[in-house]
Amino acid sequence: MGVISETIKEMQGYKLHVVQTEKFKTNTIVWKMKAPLTKDQVTQRALLPHVLQASTAGFPTTAKLRSYLDDLYGANMFVDVSKKGEYQVISLSIEVANEKFLSDSTPLLAKAMELLSEMIRNPLADNGSFDSETVDKEKRTLKQRIQSVYDDKMRYSSFRLIQEMCAGEPYALPVNGELEAVDKITATSLYEYYQKAFAEDELDLYVIGDVSPEQVATTASTLFQFAERTPKESNSLNGANREEKTIKEKQDVKQGKLNIGYRTNIKYGDRDYYALQLFNGIYGGFSHSKLFLNVREKNSLAYYVASRLESHKGLMMVMSGVEFENFDLAVKIIKEQMEAMKSGDFTEEEIDQTKAVIENQLLETLDTARGMVELLYHNVVSKVEVSLDDWLKGMQETTKDEVVAVANKVNLDTIYFLTGMEAAE
Amino acid sequence: MEKIEFEQLKEELYYEKLENGLDVYILPKKGFNKTYATFTTKYGSIDNHFKPFGKDEFTKVPDGIAHFLEHKLFEKEDGDVFQQFSRQGASANAFTSFTRTAYLFSSTSHVEKNLETLMDFVQEPYFTEKTVEKEKGIIGQEITMYDDNPDWRLYYGVIENMFQKHPVKIDIAGTKESISHITKDMLYECYNTFYHPSNMLLFVVGAVEPTQIMKQIKENQAKKDYSAQPEIERIFESEIEEVAQKKQVLKMNVQTPKCIVGIKAPSSTLQGQEMLKKELSINIMLDILFGKSSVGYTELYNEGLIDDSFSYDFSQELGFGFAMAGGDTNDPEKLENRITSILMDAKTGSIFNNENLVRARKKKIGAFLRAINSPEYIANQFTRYAFNDMDLFEVVPVLEGITVEDIKAAASDLIDEKRFTVCQVVPK
Repeated sequence: MGVISETIKEMQGYKLHVVQTEKFKTNTIVWKMKAPLTKDQVTQRALLPHVLQASTAGFPTTAKLRSYLDDLYGANMFVDVSKKGEYQVISLSIEVANEKFLSDSTPLLAKAMELLSEMIRNPLADNGSFDSETVDKEKRTLKQRIQSVYDDKMRYSSFRLIQEMCAGEPYALPVNGELEAVDKITATSLYEYYQKAFAEDELDLYVIGDVSPEQVATTASTLFQFAERTPKESNSLNGANREEKTIKEKQDVKQGKLNIGYRTNIKYGDRDYYALQLFNGIYGGFSHSKLFLNVREKNSLAYYVASRLESHKGLMMVMSGVEFENFDLAVKIIKEQMEAMKSGDFTEEEIDQTKAVIENQLLETLDTARGMVELLYHNVVSKVEVSLDDWLKGMQETTKDEVVAVANKVNLDTIYFLTGMEAAE
Repeated sequence: MEKIEFEQLKEELYYEKLENGLDVYILPKKGFNKTYATFTTKYGSIDNHFKPFGKDEFTKVPDGIAHFLEHKLFEKEDGDVFQQFSRQGASANAFTSFTRTAYLFSSTSHVEKNLETLMDFVQEPYFTEKTVEKEKGIIGQEITMYDDNPDWRLYYGVIENMFQKHPVKIDIAGTKESISHITKDMLYECYNTFYHPSNMLLFVVGAVEPTQIMKQIKENQAKKDYSAQPEIERIFESEIEEVAQKKQVLKMNVQTPKCIVGIKAPSSTLQGQEMLKKELSINIMLDILFGKSSVGYTELYNEGLIDDSFSYDFSQELGFGFAMAGGDTNDPEKLENRITSILMDAKTGSIFNNENLVRARKKKIGAFLRAINSPEYIANQFTRYAFNDMDLFEVVPVLEGITVEDIKAAASDLIDEKRFTVCQVVPK
């Protein structure tokens, strides 16, 4: 018996993934659609799910649709668009109460699945075009969503690092699309894209909760049917290793935002991925890591300093907030810690500690339905079949030499610093 | 040990008040990998004027000291407690709010060791002048991080507008200037006053066996020597009914303006079931006025005044409370006027009827079920409720008893022009 049991079934045009568990008071349904990240499509894909969740043929206004969700005991519906390496993934989710905890026995899961089907298969559209009022409203909101990155300086500096570091690679495209592309989208062109996406995307449906996999499959087979397809692969481009570059940008900020990008050259599913996870954990992933200890605790330079992996692109990003004049010192310490990793200057105890917290983190992720879906979806993106048990075992068996070997594959690519108007050159 | 069963929810809660006054609650969560524990003191940023333990005179302490103390408890003579937690496979953290300071860990293994570490590190302070000085740099960076965050500035700007004297208007972390005055002796004085077990609550939720856990906690506490502590005396100056300032416009480095309308709640001494009923009534009222299925939200969205950042909320503690609604907008003046007029129309009560009450109630019940999937929510909210003599597990029964008249009463009580205030963030 593994830590999680996922039943996967080939359906018509998509895969159905069911995890049966009694631990939640709710049932969660997540619809995922994946396609390569491209400049032509990125903005349409960012807009599409918001139009789908605004109205449907059966619920022609947002107020009607939302009232129906409220009536289903506040079914929680939300959409999300994310980057997984050089793929852009659209998620539409509905989380609904399990009626066995209510005094009312309306079958909420079936109703929620019907509603999801209505949203994706029966949108408010006519004559090959979405409702233009809906599209206009959602275009306006999308523009504000794109612009909001400029107002959150921590997000902005992460975004700018990727833009500089991955210039020319699809990964540099912003997940919410490009402002100038929004105006070009019409209700008709988006409808055409909607048909194309449902014909070509890789489609996955996840259902998590106290459910029977057979019954869910029966319901799903009547509600969701799509043409068979061979999903498109991304033409992943990776910048070659090059001399590190430093970019400083001045803005009216009080604190400098330091973001450093590394190429790890290792992806989820690779043999040394577990060693990479350990490497990241010892270096900067946690509050026992080298970066936290040295940048924050020993030198009081920062409140936050951490590293994190982008597992499908092979990147690692360090982020911190420091005084403008501490830029050189912070970079120096961050580099010294990297050198320590490369030369194996870390103890068995640091390795064990990191193994323990990574295992903890993985197991904790399984205590939320969304966390489960995100973990399991790694396998779809990478086309590998790594079970959670494989993952835990692989990580526990990793040795110090393997971590050092990984450290020596990691290359610093770009240093980005958002600094104040008054900062010295 | 007392066992409380919630049949409809299929949950069981275990409770005991220990001899030293500590309240201990345990809630086993079947099927969960993790255990989450919070050790919380009823002491937050507003408790800045009080009679220190063992002294006769009242004292005022620097702004931000409760939060500073929270940071410093993690450091010990032999190093950092984070290190110990991670050796035991746990992730640890803490937070300070207006009225509470909570220390917590979550882990999927070594639960007993981690629980022991949690109780011991919180109950064995170690402050030195040197480590206190070092922390000033770190917290200084925490403060500047928030200075750059327009949503944070907007939210605290609204609260600052509302209150004339109440310390809820002071930033939880203080300022670089205020924390520069903090000394190790002040930290000990605050610690000795507010960290007595009789002012604290320990909540353990997750993959645990209650009898064993309770036994461990009792043994740990019995080893520590606590003499009985008298009731803590705190001073809060009386606060005016109206807002201190009607409007504040912050110029920041942003592209999209932001606007929040706040309402200062009438000062109230309600606790327990009555407080819970009032809180839920106001929440339902806000859902009916501003929820995504409401007429108000639909109009604001269709007029292009709001986007997905729009939100609304009601918060209350003993002695203060406030409601807020707002978000990013292209036209902060117009949004302000529209929100204000939606609220003023609601004061008459004509918008509230059985249909929208039933719908909002169903939505709240579903949201409650979703929330209790989360050990974090259960522990943190249960503690907040308990500190106000409310019971988290009474939420559904109280919701079921709320009537249209209750909503109308809540609206007419809360909504009043003199209690409105506005904060905007606009591009420089």
